[in-house]
Amino acid sequence: MAEPRLIEISPVTRVEGHGKVTIHLDANNQVDEARLHIVEFRGFERFIRGRLLWEVPVIVQRLCGICPVSHHLAAAKAMDVICGVDDLPPTAEKMRRLMHYGQVMQSHVLHFFHLAAPDLLFGFGAPAEKRNIFEVIKENPELGRRAIAMRKFGQDIIEATAGKKIHGTGAIPGGINRNLPVPARDAFLAVIDEMCLWAQDALALARRYTQEHDHLVAEFASFPSNHMSLVRDSDGALDLYHGKLRALNAVGGTIFEKLDYARYHEVLVEDVRPWSYMKFPFIKELGPEKGWYRVGPLARMNTVSFIDTPLANAALAELKQETSGAPNNSTLVNHWARMIEVLHCVEKIRELLHDPDLQGTDLRATGQRREEGTGVIEAPRGNLIHHYKVDENDTVTYCNLIVSTTHNNEGMNRAVKDVAVKHLSGQERITEGMLNHVEVAIRAYDPCLSCATHALGQMPLQIELFDADGGLLDSRQRSA
Amino acid sequence: MTSPDFTFVIDGRAIPGKPGQTIMEAADAAGIYIPRLCDHEGLRHQGGCRVCTVKAAGRSVSACTQPAAPDLVVESETPHINKLRRDLVEMLFHEGNHLCPICEASGNCELQAMAYRLDMTAPTKMPYLEPCRELDVSHPDIALDTNRCISCGRCIRASQDVDHKGVFGYVGRGIHRRVAVNGSDLAHTDAAVTDHAISAEVCPVGCILRKRVGFATPIGEREFDHGPIGHEIEGGSSD
Repeated sequence: MAEPRLIEISPVTRVEGHGKVTIHLDANNQVDEARLHIVEFRGFERFIRGRLLWEVPVIVQRLCGICPVSHHLAAAKAMDVICGVDDLPPTAEKMRRLMHYGQVMQSHVLHFFHLAAPDLLFGFGAPAEKRNIFEVIKENPELGRRAIAMRKFGQDIIEATAGKKIHGTGAIPGGINRNLPVPARDAFLAVIDEMCLWAQDALALARRYTQEHDHLVAEFASFPSNHMSLVRDSDGALDLYHGKLRALNAVGGTIFEKLDYARYHEVLVEDVRPWSYMKFPFIKELGPEKGWYRVGPLARMNTVSFIDTPLANAALAELKQETSGAPNNSTLVNHWARMIEVLHCVEKIRELLHDPDLQGTDLRATGQRREEGTGVIEAPRGNLIHHYKVDENDTVTYCNLIVSTTHNNEGMNRAVKDVAVKHLSGQERITEGMLNHVEVAIRAYDPCLSCATHALGQMPLQIELFDADGGLLDSRQRSA
Repeated sequence: MTSPDFTFVIDGRAIPGKPGQTIMEAADAAGIYIPRLCDHEGLRHQGGCRVCTVKAAGRSVSACTQPAAPDLVVESETPHINKLRRDLVEMLFHEGNHLCPICEASGNCELQAMAYRLDMTAPTKMPYLEPCRELDVSHPDIALDTNRCISCGRCIRASQDVDHKGVFGYVGRGIHRRVAVNGSDLAHTDAAVTDHAISAEVCPVGCILRKRVGFATPIGEREFDHGPIGHEIEGGSSD
């Protein structure tokens, strides 16, 4: 009989932020426990307190270098509410939307081509030295060139709307600080058709991969769950910038619908576990066991009624056919969903570039001050909640952030366990390629671990001391 | 047109000077920029920050207070002097909390612009003091983040000499000297958002803030997006 073993994958690679996976194998080489641990702590919820309200959209975007626009816009939306602005001037809202679509596009392209493509093109068990973007470019130079050009296009959109490709200052409470000059608009229009064609090709690649590997997709980290996202208030369409919350169960039944996101705390609860800096949210009425849910591209494809751009909507119909219209619960289908969203973003960018409101000069609205505001957005990785309270002197007194990766915490841990059990259990010798299967499951959620670790207050901590035979000698616990 | 009263030399270049002019005033008029932080047009000279240090007749002096004189030989843009200036600016960064990425003064900040001009690309030597001073947000229209104060005293002189109020003043001695307000907090002074001392041009950093206007100026249109600090003086040269 073998000795019990602990396997660590540290750090998890080709994700944003720092995390590790631990897998406990028992004496029969069966997976006993497998967990994704977040080993970094950021603490924005605490140190944003005391800062001035108009600084918040700029400070909190420093959470992330990949999707700072999401935090910038979610915080700006919350500050709009606090500044008493319920309706932005059309130019402001459309500039923010343009910024957001540019960001979702570049983030998804980064993930699909740079982070996930090596696994998808070369196989999960391919040699480690093969699994990187440089090998992708070597094998398929045109694909690599497009990946770089598409990401650049998205980044250029962000720069035109926020002043910088990363960590700009476009959105301000109540509006935006710039419009889009005609020369910049024309430069984007000159290449938008090419971007649209490339987005369709990328989508075809992701769809083909999913359909050609249907057995793998069906068994790999595939498990039922609830799904949640914003959808457009009027008709349930995909809306990445604004809407109402909708949550469905694993077979498509409604959990909640048309929920004003300012009431998120009435339906969601954040649980804490002693072994991770990342919280575990769940739907209150269903409890922690049944109430956990997933967010992100696939969750959005599951929750939305349709997509309001024709090419992406046709692609959505194709995806939904796979499950006869029911929610798709296969982790790997996220890649297909992600590419549908890239196409949607390109279509929306084209639509906006033809809108003369982008050249408008009414950039900012004002209103009657309020004490509290919540801003929610669909970030590339899923639903993102920013909630603030501000005192009469304009300083922040409370901040709560629920980041996409946090929403997906339970889902990612289940995916890790599922893959570990299926691919590692019973194996005498664990290879690097086998361990990469676990990372592939995490990567499919495109987690941003650095975004997701802002728990406020004293985190629970448990320390256990084992003897050489694995017996528990002592245990100390600090509660939250 | 009258002839210059005398000439003197800065970095090998002969420039005109008038009686009563400081080296800096004569240099500005000739289109030569001498770096400075505490000096500001319209306020009396102080000679406090020492960033304008030059060598005049072999002695280190502050150009904002030292009178120009006939045939004086001044060195300004030398590697040694610029090194001293960079050290001074660096110390200011270490003394306060100057987090440019999240500061609304970024792009308009003279300290930041001076660091760029002097090629201070990274902190090198001193430990950060990391002050934790509470923001004074008591005034309805003005906020003070004294963690960013560089004790240039421009607000003190503007308040006393232009606004005739005395809202600001120094307290403490040595390393503990700080700019403070003449009251328990800013709300308990007669400061007004229309004061010259409160205007964005007087505070060189992000310490005195007009509330609710931060980040309204887009990147690309901020003061130092148009050129490095001093470019207006250097660009205005008639030579």
